[in-house]
Amino acid sequence: MLRRLRSQKVQDIVTAYVFLVPTLMILGIFVFAPVFYAIYLSFFDYDILAPQNSRFVGLGNYLEAFQDPVFRKAVKNVIYYAAVVVPTQMVLAFLLALGVTSGTRFQNFFRVAYFIPTVTSSVVISHMFLYIYSTTGLLNHVLGWFGIPPHNWMEDVRTALPAIMAMNIWTTAGQYMVIFTAGLNDIPEEYYEAAKVDGATYWQRLWYITLPLLRPVTLFVSMMSVIGTLQLFDQPYLMTNGQGGPADATMTVMLYIYKNAFGGYFRMGYASALSVLLFLLILVLSIIQRKWFGQEVQY
Amino acid sequence: MELSKNRTVRAVVFLILSLYALITITPFLWSVSTALTKTHHVDLLLQNWGIPPEPTLDNFRYLLEHGDFGRWFLNSLIVTVCTTVGKAFFNSLAGYALARIEFPGREFWFWFIISSMMIPNIVILVPRYLIVHHLGWLNRYEGMIVPSLTTAFGVFLMRQFFLTIPKELEEAARIDGLSRFGIFWRVVLPLSRPALAAQVIFNFMEEWNNFVWPNLVARSREMYTLTVGLQVFKNEHYSFWNQVMAGSMFLTIPIIIVYLIFNRWFIRGITISGMKG
Repeated sequence: MLRRLRSQKVQDIVTAYVFLVPTLMILGIFVFAPVFYAIYLSFFDYDILAPQNSRFVGLGNYLEAFQDPVFRKAVKNVIYYAAVVVPTQMVLAFLLALGVTSGTRFQNFFRVAYFIPTVTSSVVISHMFLYIYSTTGLLNHVLGWFGIPPHNWMEDVRTALPAIMAMNIWTTAGQYMVIFTAGLNDIPEEYYEAAKVDGATYWQRLWYITLPLLRPVTLFVSMMSVIGTLQLFDQPYLMTNGQGGPADATMTVMLYIYKNAFGGYFRMGYASALSVLLFLLILVLSIIQRKWFGQEVQY
Repeated sequence: MELSKNRTVRAVVFLILSLYALITITPFLWSVSTALTKTHHVDLLLQNWGIPPEPTLDNFRYLLEHGDFGRWFLNSLIVTVCTTVGKAFFNSLAGYALARIEFPGREFWFWFIISSMMIPNIVILVPRYLIVHHLGWLNRYEGMIVPSLTTAFGVFLMRQFFLTIPKELEEAARIDGLSRFGIFWRVVLPLSRPALAAQVIFNFMEEWNNFVWPNLVARSREMYTLTVGLQVFKNEHYSFWNQVMAGSMFLTIPIIIVYLIFNRWFIRGITISGMKG
């Protein structure tokens, strides 16, 4: 009996590890190893085409990054981008969520419709908007009804990044709406009923019941939104042929990392240093956000 | 929260929601009608309220005959299906071991796997590419599939789900002589359909639409996935918006069909997993 138990135990250990090995190997090779590799590479001048010429440069890559005007422009761009897009898309998503949970007619249709951009590929959306934004495109045509002269949105340094902002707000509003909707549905209807009995108006109920109870969801959405916007890559890459133009107006940190590593410069070491810096930026902003929203959050 | 019973308020809200639905849907309708338009009619679309003067399927025919869209579609399908199915399988396998089997080191490996969720994709893009390069997997399906065959978050979700399945069911199966894998495969997995479905649908969308990684790994034309191929095609046919829009239908239509059928699971997938793939 005891022996059978013991052999059962050994068998369990073996089975457990057999079950775990694929996951551990993949995470080890493609997630953990790359982290150390990235940090290691960031101290080297490493050209993938001529690895034999790689040399140790210490903090050289990091020092260069702080001096690099394109990198500074890219950081400025993503911060500007996040500062506009995060609050706008959150407010819009929240209002849409209120709308589709308010019991109006066809609310399920609205939910389905608003979510469609989220399931669509960034490639398709970028092409669609390039077409719509073009000088002879739909947007200029519609603006023409109001007497606004046509404009080349993606070729003007002042409007190229805002054009991408508008597109991404349009794309992700539905995605965050779904998360807000789930949060709104979790708030018990009795709270509202009780407040109504006490004579609270719609706005009072919204302010004193909905918003405080939704705080964990709001924190979650805002963190996702900040992380997503700071890593902006697909849309500027797809809409400017990987150049971030005109005149670096749509250059983002991720795009610059990509350009350094794969876009003709082949500077893997420098790109790794930039990745580490972007990671630190995201980390710091996440911590600040948690401090801001995070207090009194109860799960 | 129920909106006021006031008819005017309700009408205004309904109007605003309809207007936003119009803003959401118009770009899609616009690209569909452009895809159905002949090249020399594209400029007439604006005057014609977006209705193609002589609707045609020529653009699609052209793409299938002269482009590589068939091949790219197949590549996308191979990569997406392998990754999605593999992910569901390996995540469940690991999640099951962590939830149900008692063995020394379980806590350690659990936290080891969880800790990888803290690592953002940006930091590992360049070195991951170099590792795949060293493995000789550039321009191969392996390079596109294997690195994303498991995710820490997926393992975590499956483990949480398995913890809610009553142990008695497994014990009964064990007395009937099933092995551990047999229990996992024939008892636990069938009970986990809701959790699996949400993950599979959500991952399917992520993989199908993925651009960054295949764009790095696929080097030659016949290895492109649809996302990569479409971008290259657009650069080659820049002013032929009708053909570019027709090409984008190869990407959009399948995923919208999947979405409309499995709408419920998409919503569930997105609310439980946020956007962490």
